[in-house]
Amino acid sequence: MTTTIEIDGLRVDRGGVTVLHDLTLGVESGVVTGLLGPSGSGKSTLMRAVVGVQIVAGGRVSVLGVPAGSPELRSRVGYVTQAPSVYGDLTVRENLAYFARVLGAPRGRADAVIERVGLSEMAGRLVGRMSGGQRARVSLATALVNDPDVLVLDEPTVGLDPVLRRDLWDFFHELAEGGATLLVSSHVMDEAARCERLLLLREGRLVADVSPEELLRRTAAADLDAAFLRLIEEGGGE
Amino acid sequence: MSPQRTAATAARVLSQLRRDRRTLALLIVVPCVLMLLVDQLFAGREVVFQTVGVPMLGLFPLISMFLVTSITMLRERTTGTLERLLTTPLSKLELLVGYGIAFAAVAVVQAVVVSVVGFGLLGLDAVHSDVLIVLLAVANAVLGMAFGLFVSAFAQTEFQAVQFMPAFVLPQILLCGLFVDKAQMAGWLRVISYLLPVTYAFDALDRAAHDATLGARFWLDVAVVLGTTLLALALGAATLRRRTA
Repeated sequence: MTTTIEIDGLRVDRGGVTVLHDLTLGVESGVVTGLLGPSGSGKSTLMRAVVGVQIVAGGRVSVLGVPAGSPELRSRVGYVTQAPSVYGDLTVRENLAYFARVLGAPRGRADAVIERVGLSEMAGRLVGRMSGGQRARVSLATALVNDPDVLVLDEPTVGLDPVLRRDLWDFFHELAEGGATLLVSSHVMDEAARCERLLLLREGRLVADVSPEELLRRTAAADLDAAFLRLIEEGGGE
Repeated sequence: MSPQRTAATAARVLSQLRRDRRTLALLIVVPCVLMLLVDQLFAGREVVFQTVGVPMLGLFPLISMFLVTSITMLRERTTGTLERLLTTPLSKLELLVGYGIAFAAVAVVQAVVVSVVGFGLLGLDAVHSDVLIVLLAVANAVLGMAFGLFVSAFAQTEFQAVQFMPAFVLPQILLCGLFVDKAQMAGWLRVISYLLPVTYAFDALDRAAHDATLGARFWLDVAVVLGTTLLALALGAATLRRRTA
C-alpha cells in the first residue's frame, strides 16, 4: 500500500462560497476508499480536484507523485462523473471502442469490460435508449477500459439493483487487490460498509478518516448511518 | 498529435451522424430542393440564376455545418462528454481536427450532390472547374464548423445555439453580395461587408464561377477564408477548458 493521492490544504471556492476548507488527506492504493457525505458536502468537487478539472483556490493535490491534471496522468487516472457521460447516439460497443482508442487500450479490452459490467447482451444497443442504471454502467466501463492505476468514481452505483451493486463492489475490490487506487463516492451508508477506509465529508470539511469498524467502535452506534449522525451531532472532528 | 486518436474521433462523429438518418437526409436533400426552387424562381431570367446559383451552392455547407457543429459541440459540453474527454490523453487539437475531418467528409458528399443537381440538372455553369467549386464549398463547410464550434461556447441551451444562425450567419449572408451587389450598397454597409468573412467566401465562389482570370484577389479571398477558419478554431479551442470552476 502506498499513498497515491496526496491532498494538502486544498481549498476550493465556487461562486464566492468556499466549498472545500483546507482539506488534507491521503488515499492509498490496494484498498477501496469511500468518500461519504450528504449531497452538497463537496464530494464531487473533491473528486474533480483529484482528476484535475477543478479550479482550486489553494493547496496542493498530487496523484502518483505529480500534480493532479498533469498530462502524464491522463491515461492513468479513470474518472466517472455522477451523470453518465457517454454518447447516447452510439451503441455500448461503439462508446467503448471510442474511449478504448482515445485511451490507447488494447483491442479486445472493450468486450471484456462490457461483460464485466454485465452489458454483453446489450452491447449492440443504443445507449440513449437504455435505462439510467444501464447508462451509468456504460459510463463506468469506459473508464475501466484501459486498466487505469487510479479510479475516481462519483456515485457509480446509483440506481442499480442490489445484485448488480454487489457485483460491482466485488469488482472494485478485485481492482484494488490488483494494486489500483479506488476513490468511490456514495451517499448511501450501506455502501460504506464495503469500503476498507472511509472519508466522511460534511460542508466541505473532513469529519472523519477511519475504517468502518473503527467508526462503529468510536461512536458506539448500531450502524454506519447512526454513526455518521452521531459524529455530526458531536460537532465532528476526530 | 496522434493520428490514431484524431481518426478515432472523426470516426466516432461520423458514426453519430450516420445514426441520425433524418439529419443526413436533410443535409443532402434540402440544398438540392432549394436550388430547384431558386431555379424556378428565376425561370426566364437565366442570367440571375447563373449569378446567384454557384455561390449559393458553395455557401450551403457553411450554414449546415455551422448548425450541426454548434449543436453537437453544445451536446458534448452539456452531457459531460467534453469534460470526460479532456481528462483523457485526447488533445484539444486532436478533438478539433477529428471534428473537422468528419464534417468535411459530410460536406464533400453534400457539395458533390448539390453540384450534380446544379451543374448537371439545372445547367449552372462555372468558368472554372466544378471541382474547384466543390473544394471551395468544403473550405466553407470547415469555416462554418469553426464558427459553430466557437459560438457553442456562448450557448447554454440548444434553443440559444440555433438562434446563433440568424444572429451570426444570416447577416453575413445578407451582406456578402449574394442579394445585392456590393458596388450598390451604401458605403457603410460595404465597409461592414468587407469586415465579414462570408463576404470573402462568396467572392471566391463568385470569381471561380464568373472570372476567367483567377488573380491575386481570388487567392486573397481564399486566404481570408482559411485564415478566419484557423482563427475561429483557435478561439474555439480556447473555450475548451480542462479546468472549470
